[in-house]
Amino acid sequence: MQKPEIIKIENLSKKYHMGEGDFTALRNINLTFGKGEFTGLVGPSGSGKTTLLNIIGSLDNPSEGDAIVLGNAVSRLTHKQSATLRNFHIGFIFQTYNLLPVYTVFDNVEFALLLQKRTVSERYKTVMEALEWVGLTDKAKSKPAQLSGGECQRVSIARAMVKRPEIVLADEPSANLDASNSHHIIQTMKKLNRELNTTFIFATHDEKVMQYLDRIIHLKDGMVEKDEFIQDPKIVSHVSI
Amino acid sequence: MLAFKLAFKNLLGAGLRTWLNVSVLSFSFVVIVLYNGMLDGWNRQGRSDTIAWETGSGQYWHPLYDRYDPFSLQDAHVPVTGEAAELVSSHQLTPMLITQASAYPQGRMLNILLKGVDPSQKILMIPSGSLQVKNGEISAIIGKRMAESSHLKKGDRVLVRWRDVNGTFDAREILIAAVFNSNVPTVDANQIYIPLSSLQEMTGMLGDATLLVAADTHSGSAIKGWAYKDTKTLLKEFDEMINAKKGGSRIVYLMLLSLALLAIFDTQVLSIFRRQKEIGTYIALGMTRMQVVRLFTVEGSAHSLLALILGSLYGIPVMLFLQQKGIPMPKSADQAGVAIAEKIIPFYSLGMIVSTVLLVVISATIVSYFPTRRISKMKPADALKGKIQ
Repeated sequence: MQKPEIIKIENLSKKYHMGEGDFTALRNINLTFGKGEFTGLVGPSGSGKTTLLNIIGSLDNPSEGDAIVLGNAVSRLTHKQSATLRNFHIGFIFQTYNLLPVYTVFDNVEFALLLQKRTVSERYKTVMEALEWVGLTDKAKSKPAQLSGGECQRVSIARAMVKRPEIVLADEPSANLDASNSHHIIQTMKKLNRELNTTFIFATHDEKVMQYLDRIIHLKDGMVEKDEFIQDPKIVSHVSI
Repeated sequence: MLAFKLAFKNLLGAGLRTWLNVSVLSFSFVVIVLYNGMLDGWNRQGRSDTIAWETGSGQYWHPLYDRYDPFSLQDAHVPVTGEAAELVSSHQLTPMLITQASAYPQGRMLNILLKGVDPSQKILMIPSGSLQVKNGEISAIIGKRMAESSHLKKGDRVLVRWRDVNGTFDAREILIAAVFNSNVPTVDANQIYIPLSSLQEMTGMLGDATLLVAADTHSGSAIKGWAYKDTKTLLKEFDEMINAKKGGSRIVYLMLLSLALLAIFDTQVLSIFRRQKEIGTYIALGMTRMQVVRLFTVEGSAHSLLALILGSLYGIPVMLFLQQKGIPMPKSADQAGVAIAEKIIPFYSLGMIVSTVLLVVISATIVSYFPTRRISKMKPADALKGKIQ
């Protein structure tokens, strides 16, 4: 069954000024992403994975073409509109977790809801629910420095998911984790993808991640080399955290 | 509100760095308030003492009288008649006759001013009640500074020589009936007070006065033949001296404040450099760049609010203690020529405290804002990577 389209990339190119010349990070990319996809952007370093994620997440602007995200043309959004799009509709998961070090786990997850001006009781309920998804309710009062790498990344997932975004962009989420933690993290995300029908787009070159993806887009030198839909990805029935 | 909540969380989470800045800033707060409080206290005390001892609530001067020119005294006297005499008899004014003279304590010669005051006057605090003429002997009063410099004490007799209205020298011995203690050196140094009628008789200036001192009940209306000088004019030099002191003190506390503000500025620059990833994360989570600028600015300026709280914790007890006990002045301060008490009681006005708080908070906000402008130029994708920009 065709999934409803939520992201459309049209003739997108991205160039960076490097000294006297230009470096082309993305060349004429055309892609669409459907709702609930669990997709990976795969390729070697410098292939344009992170750049594409940043443009989809409205953290960067295309040099040519556009990315239409939930009906919004990224290149035409104001700073405020970009911020609103990220705040309400897009969650980010980073390789280095990017947790706010002086905040507790609860505060970190709560942050996006504070920006959405939700009430205290609503925030508490939603944050605890998100921490339950990732199995960290007992660490709510801990600071990031007191957590393991795997736990930090689970907090990062809870922070991305707490606002129930349509899209989650994950940049090398398992790169800093050992094999066991990597599997747990991916399984958690896969479960959330299934249960909440959230679109996940990964930038990765981790084989462990790839086995769970239902679509893999291969990038090379800023171009789409191959776009393959996986017929039988690894299915998660139960995640033990 | 969100910016405040997050800013305080970040600030308190930063630990020692925050508390070092806050401590320096709180010290500036306390020093500025204390120093200004001391000067304001001195100002209030000095003004009220000068009014009580010397100027009254205004003075009427003979038009030729110049308090800084002793030569003017020769002609600056006139009989107190008409409206002035009525005001004197209703105790709204008290006359004072001043003449140059020489005193010869223990054979030495001192140039002095002989001041004739009405023994029954209540307008000035000078203890003129001690001025009596008994058995033809003129009693006199002097201040403690005069007593110290002339080595005179109560009960001593001293020879004084003066010129009368015709310029003829005359001399006689007077009795030191009392030595008074005043904070106002200008009513004291090289001055001897004797009964007005005695001085008028000695100089042949019968019924004359050099100036008339007004009571606080007097309206200060013009009197023909006399030049009215209000309190503002009479205290001009004192006010100028206090303002000069305040100017000097401003340099000291602006230096202190600058050090504290420099620490905040430095912290802000370092924060923005070190916390690029955090800035990128804020933006990725949905904050606008301006919200992040506001957050960092509030964070920097919140140092001043924490400093206010910390400063209050140790500053208020110190200030209250000094207000109760006073700040002792060194004995040599007595010789400074301006009204100064043995202890200065600081005065902390609401206006002074509010203006100090505003000065520190606004300055801290400005120095916090300037480094944060870099954030508005940051590319979020680069900030997330922590790239140096």
